[in-house]
Amino acid sequence: MSSATSTAENKQAVKKQSQLKEIWRRLKKNKIAVIAMFVIIFLVLIAIFAPLIAPYSYETQDVMRPLEGPSRDHILGTDRLGRDVFSRLLYGAGQSLQMGFTAVLGAALLGIIIGSIAGYYGGWLDNLLMRILDIYQGIPMFLLTVTLAAVLGPSLQNAILAIGIALVPGNARFMRACILTVREMEYIEAAKSINCSVRRIIVSHIIPNAIPPMIVSVTMGLGFAVLSGAMLSYIGLGAQPPTAEWGAMISDGRNYLRSEPQLALYPGLCIMVSVLAFNLFGDGLRDALDPRLKT
Amino acid sequence: MALLEVQNLKKYFRTPRGPLHAVDDVTFKLEKGKTVGVVGESGCGKTTLGRTIIHLLDRTEGKIFFNEKDVSDPTKKELKELREDMQIIFQDPYSSLNPRKTVSETIAEPMKVQGKMTKTDIRAEVRSLMETVGLAERFENSYPHELDGGRRQRIGVARALALRPSFIVCDEPVSALDVSIQAQIINLMLDLQEERGIAYMFVTHDLSVVKYISDDIIVMYLGNMVEMAPSEELFENPLHPYTKALLSAIPEPDIHNQTERIIMRGELTSPINPKPGCRFMARCEYASEECEGSQILEEHTAGHFVMCCKYKQITN
Amino acid sequence: MAEKILEIKDLVVEYHTDAAIVHAVSGVNLSVIKGETLGLVGETGAGKTTIARSILRILPTPPAKFRSGEIIFGGEELTTKTEVEMRKIRGNRIAMIFQDPMTALNPIETVGWQIAEAISLHNEVRRDEAEKRAMDMLEMVGIPMERFMEYPHQFSGGMKQRVVIAMALACNPELLLADEPTTALDVTIQAQVLKMMQDLKDRLNMSVILITHDLGVVATSCQSVAVIYAGEIVEYGTVEHIFDHPAHPYTNGLFGSLPRLKTTERRLKPIKGLMPDPTKMPEGCRYAERCPDATEECSAKPPDVAEVTPGHQVKCIKAGR
Repeated sequence: MSSATSTAENKQAVKKQSQLKEIWRRLKKNKIAVIAMFVIIFLVLIAIFAPLIAPYSYETQDVMRPLEGPSRDHILGTDRLGRDVFSRLLYGAGQSLQMGFTAVLGAALLGIIIGSIAGYYGGWLDNLLMRILDIYQGIPMFLLTVTLAAVLGPSLQNAILAIGIALVPGNARFMRACILTVREMEYIEAAKSINCSVRRIIVSHIIPNAIPPMIVSVTMGLGFAVLSGAMLSYIGLGAQPPTAEWGAMISDGRNYLRSEPQLALYPGLCIMVSVLAFNLFGDGLRDALDPRLKT
Repeated sequence: MALLEVQNLKKYFRTPRGPLHAVDDVTFKLEKGKTVGVVGESGCGKTTLGRTIIHLLDRTEGKIFFNEKDVSDPTKKELKELREDMQIIFQDPYSSLNPRKTVSETIAEPMKVQGKMTKTDIRAEVRSLMETVGLAERFENSYPHELDGGRRQRIGVARALALRPSFIVCDEPVSALDVSIQAQIINLMLDLQEERGIAYMFVTHDLSVVKYISDDIIVMYLGNMVEMAPSEELFENPLHPYTKALLSAIPEPDIHNQTERIIMRGELTSPINPKPGCRFMARCEYASEECEGSQILEEHTAGHFVMCCKYKQITN
Repeated sequence: MAEKILEIKDLVVEYHTDAAIVHAVSGVNLSVIKGETLGLVGETGAGKTTIARSILRILPTPPAKFRSGEIIFGGEELTTKTEVEMRKIRGNRIAMIFQDPMTALNPIETVGWQIAEAISLHNEVRRDEAEKRAMDMLEMVGIPMERFMEYPHQFSGGMKQRVVIAMALACNPELLLADEPTTALDVTIQAQVLKMMQDLKDRLNMSVILITHDLGVVATSCQSVAVIYAGEIVEYGTVEHIFDHPAHPYTNGLFGSLPRLKTTERRLKPIKGLMPDPTKMPEGCRYAERCPDATEECSAKPPDVAEVTPGHQVKCIKAGR
C-alpha cells in the first residue's frame, strides 16, 4: 500500500476500546440525555440517603403548625397534619423509584424470558404464548391494575405487582420482535455455517443484538411505572398512609387546591421531572446503543 | 475424482399456494480447486441451491456426495466435520457480520467453536488470516460498522477461510460492492484459489463476473438447470434460448461491439406448483406445443448440457 | 452548436453535519444537449445523486448547503427561483425517476390513479381526460390498459419501474433525470427497460441524464459521459472520447476493474485503496492517492481541466502532455 493511502487510513486506526466506552462516548454527545442521567442519579441518591438529609421524619407531625407556608423551620411548608413537605418529598423519591424499578425490572425479566422462547422456538409454542398475551391485553390495563390492587388489598407491594404484571405483555412482545428481526439476519446463518451450537447462537449472537433495544424500552417503561404508581397511590390503592409517596401526597393535597396549591404542585413537579428524565434518558440511550448510527 | 457431486437435487418450500420448486433436479460435479458458476435472475433458485448443498437448508430429494462420500443425510458429527470443509461467503457484507463483534472476534469464532486450537494459536491464526485477505492489523478491534463494504467483505472471506475448507459457496460476494472494490475482492478470491486449491461455487446474476471466474457455468431458470457448459463454450455457443437472451442482455462496456439484443417478453413467473413442461415457455420466442411435454437434460457435446427439446432446430 | 437544454456551472454542494462538512459536489460544470442522453458515471458517494437533486432543488437543507453555482434550464436560472416557481417545473418540465421503484409508488392507490394524479397536478384537465392520458401512458411503457386499476403490489419489479417511468413522462418533461433506473432489476428486465427508455426519449424528443455506476449501461444508452470521482468531474466528453480514448487514470482504472466478456486475462486490474474521506478531501488531485502515475506535483495543487481534443475535458495535469 502506498504511503499516501496508509496515512489516510491511519486516522481510522482503532485503539482497543470496550463497547461500554464507545456507548458512553456516543451518549455524551447528547446533552439532554446526559442531564437526564444526572437527574436520575440525583433522584437515586436522594432516595437512598433521604433519612440522612431530610430535616424531619416523614411522619413527624408538628400539630401546632398545619398548612403553613415556607418558613425557616419548614422550607416548603407543612401539610394538613403539620408534616414537613420537603422531608416527605425526599422520602417519596424512595417510594416512587422503588415502585418503578421493581415493577419494571420484574416485568422485563419475565417479558424477556417469554419473548425469547416465543421468538426463537416459534411454531405452536410461539402461537400459544402470543394468544395468551392477546387475551391478556384485551383487558384494559388500568382496570386490571385497579382490580388486582383491590383484590390483593391496597399496599405498595401489590401496586408494584399490578404494574409489573401490566407491563409483561408489552415487554414480551417487544423482545419477541427483536429476536425475530435478529434471527433473520445473515450473520445468524453464518454462525450456523461455522458450526455454532443453538446455545451459542442465542447467547453470543442473538441476545447481544436483541438486548440493547430492550434496555431502551425498559428505561422508557420506568417513566410509565412511576406515573402508574403515583396514580394508584392517588386513588388509594398504592402506598398507604403515613408513607410518603408522591401520588399519595397529591391525593392528600387535593382538598386544599384552592388555598394551598403547592401541596399538590410539589409532588406533581417531582413526578413530572422524574418521568421526563427517564424518557429523555431512554431516548438518548437508544441512539447511543445502536452501533450503526455513526457520529 | 470429483470433490463435490450433486445428483438430482431438489428443494421445495411449502407455501400456502402449494410447493415452491426453488431447486428442481440439479445435477453437477465439481473438481477440486475448480469453480462452478451458477447464474440466473432473482428467484431462479441459485441461492437456495448453494444453501442446500452446504446443509444450511434441508434438501427435499436428491443426493450430495462430498469427497466420494454420500453426505445427503449427515449425522450430527458428520455435519460438524462437513461444515469445517464447506464454507459460505455471503452477499451482504452488512448483514452477514454480527455488528457487536470485532473483526478479530468474528474471524476467530469458527476456530473457537471447533475447539481444537489454543487461545494463542487462534490469535496468531487470526493475524495471519487478516494478512491473507489484506486487512491491516490495526482493524483487529474495529467493529464492522466502522469499515467500508470492501473491508467487511474481506472479513467474511477470512471467516470462511478460518477452518481451511476445500469448498466455498460464494453467494453474490461482490454484487454489493463498487466496481473498483469488486475487482479487488475477485482478485483476492482467485489468489486464494491458486494458493489453497479451494473449489468455489460462485452464485451470481452478473454474467461478466461469472465468465471471468468460472470453469463451468450452470444457467438456472425457475429452479431448473437449463444449461451447463464449460465457461468458454457457454459464451461462444449458447444453446438454450434463455441463455442466449441472457447473454445478449449484458450491457457491454464497449461502444463498438454492441450486439443485437434479444429483448425477452414478459417476466419471471413463479415456481409455485409449476406445470410440467418447459418453464421458460411463456417467454420463449420459439415455444410450441412440444415444449409442453416434460423436458430432459441432453448432452450436446462433452460437458455441454441443455434442457430444451428444440435446441437443435433453434441452433441450426 | 446544438441547443443546450441544461447547463450547470461551477456547482458546489456541501452537507453540514455536527461533526464535519462533507464536500459532496465541488465545482461541477456540465451541459445536456437537447435530445441527448448524458451519462453520469461514478461509484457510491461520488456525488452523482446530489447533482441530480440539486437540479430539482430537492436536497434537504439542512444538512445540504448550496454554496455556489448556476443551473440554467431552457434559458432560465433555477437556483434563484422560488419554491412556488420550482413546483411548476418539478415533475412537469423536469422529471426524476429513482433507483427503487418500490418506494416511489403509493401502495394504497391504483397505478392508474397515481399516473392520472401526476397529470392533473400540472395540467388543467378534467379527471376523465387525465385518466385517459394515464391509460395511454401505461400502454406506451408496455403495460396493458386492463391493469389500470391494479395496485403496485400486484406488479413485479420491472413492471413497477415501468409505472414509475410512465408517471415521470406523463407531463412530457423536457428533461428526465434517471437515477440508477435499472440497478434494482434483473439483467433481462434491465435490457427491456433501457430499450424502452431509449425509444421513448426519441419519440418524445426528451433529454436525459442517466445516473449509473455501470459503464455497460452507459455504452448502450448515452451520447455523452461525465465521469465523477469524489465530487468532481474528472473526465467529460462523448462516449467515443471516453470509451475509445479514456485519458484520466480513474477512467482507465474503472475499465481495468471491469470483468470483460471478451478477454482471456486471468486477473483484473483493480484500483488500489479507497475513495478519500469526503470530509477531509486532499489538497491536490483527489485521485492522487490511488493513482498509479501520481507524482508529488499531483498532491501539491488541484489539477486544471484540460481539453485534450475539442469537447473532451480531463481534470489531470498529465492529460494532453
